[in-house]
Amino acid sequence: MGLRGEAAIVGIAEWKPERRPTAPPMFTLEQWAELTREALDDAGIDPSEVDGICCTNIRESDSFVPSTITEYLGLQVNFAEVVDLGGASCAAMVWRAAAAIELGLCNVVVIAAPSWPSPRPPNPPSGPSSWRYGASSANYGSPQAEFDIPYGNVAQNCGYAQIAMKYGAEYGYDAEALAKIAVDQRVSANHNPAAVFHNVPITVEDVLNSPVISDPIHMLEIVMPCVGGAAIVVAGKDVARRSKHRPAWISGFGERVLHKTPTYAEDLLSTALIPAADQAFAIAGRSREEVDLISVYDCYTITVLMTIEDAGFCPRGEGQPFVREHDLSFKGDFPCNTHGGQLGFGQAGLAGGMSHITEGARQVMRRGEDHQVPDADVAFITGNGGLMSEQVALILEGD
Amino acid sequence: MATDELRPPLPTPIDRTQPFWNALREHTVKIQYSPSSDQWVFYPRSHAPLTLQTDLEWREISGEGTLYTYTIARRPTAPDFAGEQPQIIAVVELDEGPRLTSTLVNVAEDQISVGMRVRPWFEDVPGTETTLLRYEPAT
Repeated sequence: MGLRGEAAIVGIAEWKPERRPTAPPMFTLEQWAELTREALDDAGIDPSEVDGICCTNIRESDSFVPSTITEYLGLQVNFAEVVDLGGASCAAMVWRAAAAIELGLCNVVVIAAPSWPSPRPPNPPSGPSSWRYGASSANYGSPQAEFDIPYGNVAQNCGYAQIAMKYGAEYGYDAEALAKIAVDQRVSANHNPAAVFHNVPITVEDVLNSPVISDPIHMLEIVMPCVGGAAIVVAGKDVARRSKHRPAWISGFGERVLHKTPTYAEDLLSTALIPAADQAFAIAGRSREEVDLISVYDCYTITVLMTIEDAGFCPRGEGQPFVREHDLSFKGDFPCNTHGGQLGFGQAGLAGGMSHITEGARQVMRRGEDHQVPDADVAFITGNGGLMSEQVALILEGD
Repeated sequence: MATDELRPPLPTPIDRTQPFWNALREHTVKIQYSPSSDQWVFYPRSHAPLTLQTDLEWREISGEGTLYTYTIARRPTAPDFAGEQPQIIAVVELDEGPRLTSTLVNVAEDQISVGMRVRPWFEDVPGTETTLLRYEPAT
């Protein structure tokens, strides 16, 4: 099982996350077209070479999504994938694209995460939005509708807070160590002009003094919702070699999907990342010590803490002292989320999860500018969907 | 009208799950059991998880258990829950093994701890046929 590492991320488009959009709304199809053009331009690849796409839902169509996109963009593809893994979707698309390329199905795959507002219809349908309860489905017959939503167990804050509370009961809770994750990542955000918090430093005290939203999680430990959008181009060896930048080769991956609601986890403290990360390192033939930076999903600080542990960078239950002992900023001894993470960069919907991939690739491409990790060659990336229960691990490498 | 819309949403049972809700209405707790795998199951399903056997049968249990984890939501988890703060949203591990979502009532915040014993507290929702399964400290 595995990859040969013969597919690479070669092009990146990423719109600066904004808390309030400064440009007009755009339909998802228009965003797809623009992001694709920008990412191909970045790589130096002609649109006519695209023969694969990976997408999620779009506003304009509930089904037949890939063909709606290929028709609009004028593409003819051999590989058309829809991925529905929440925040893990983009990372899941990356390995699917690499696998398809290595199988010889296709050679240039575009992965896009359009997350800019769409124009509202002139006569909007009445009734509550389907996102009223976050990821929890209120549809008839949905287990969440019947057994979770009536008790208020909806959306993300509640579930991650329950996970953090369980973690504390098992290992002890060091609120300052958790806060330090947000602070260290903010240092990197302060060196990234694209970050929503580029000019706003914070301290551990700031985090601990921010309001508790759902015990034990403070406001500054939660991502800031933004608008934005991102796309990447994944290409096979020959195309990658003639692209503009140092390719970021996809050398390892793992994926694991468990439950949807934390209530039904077999063990809330044994996340889906453990097997996913082990598989990624095994396929890449790399050790944890060889990793130069990690770019891991950080919807909350507890997510980062458990990711560091479950990816194997420290033993389980020892993440809090590990965070205290290491500098997680781009200039530190354990660079983590060098773009600021979604906590510092902003979470522009699905593009928030993509930001961990674009940043990992940028570092390996040596395009990190003010927040570049010197000599970055190996990046470990995660995507996390739902409540730690959909996990994808990736390893990117330079030549 | 706006007030109605913002009431916490109630469950809409399906045929498969109706026995659970009927039991709650009588202030008892019934969940499914699969004899072939000696496995208790919650929430109610057509097939037992993992074995996919269809021998699930309803059995009455005490409903007692331990607090697996919880959070205290200081802001509404959805607009419908405005005015319900703080919501003490719990995961209860039944003595038979399965876990369920609930909220804790009749408890001071500083008296809550993971692992504490809890017992059912049945809430007959006024003006409806629904009884919700909330929990309170067992002592």
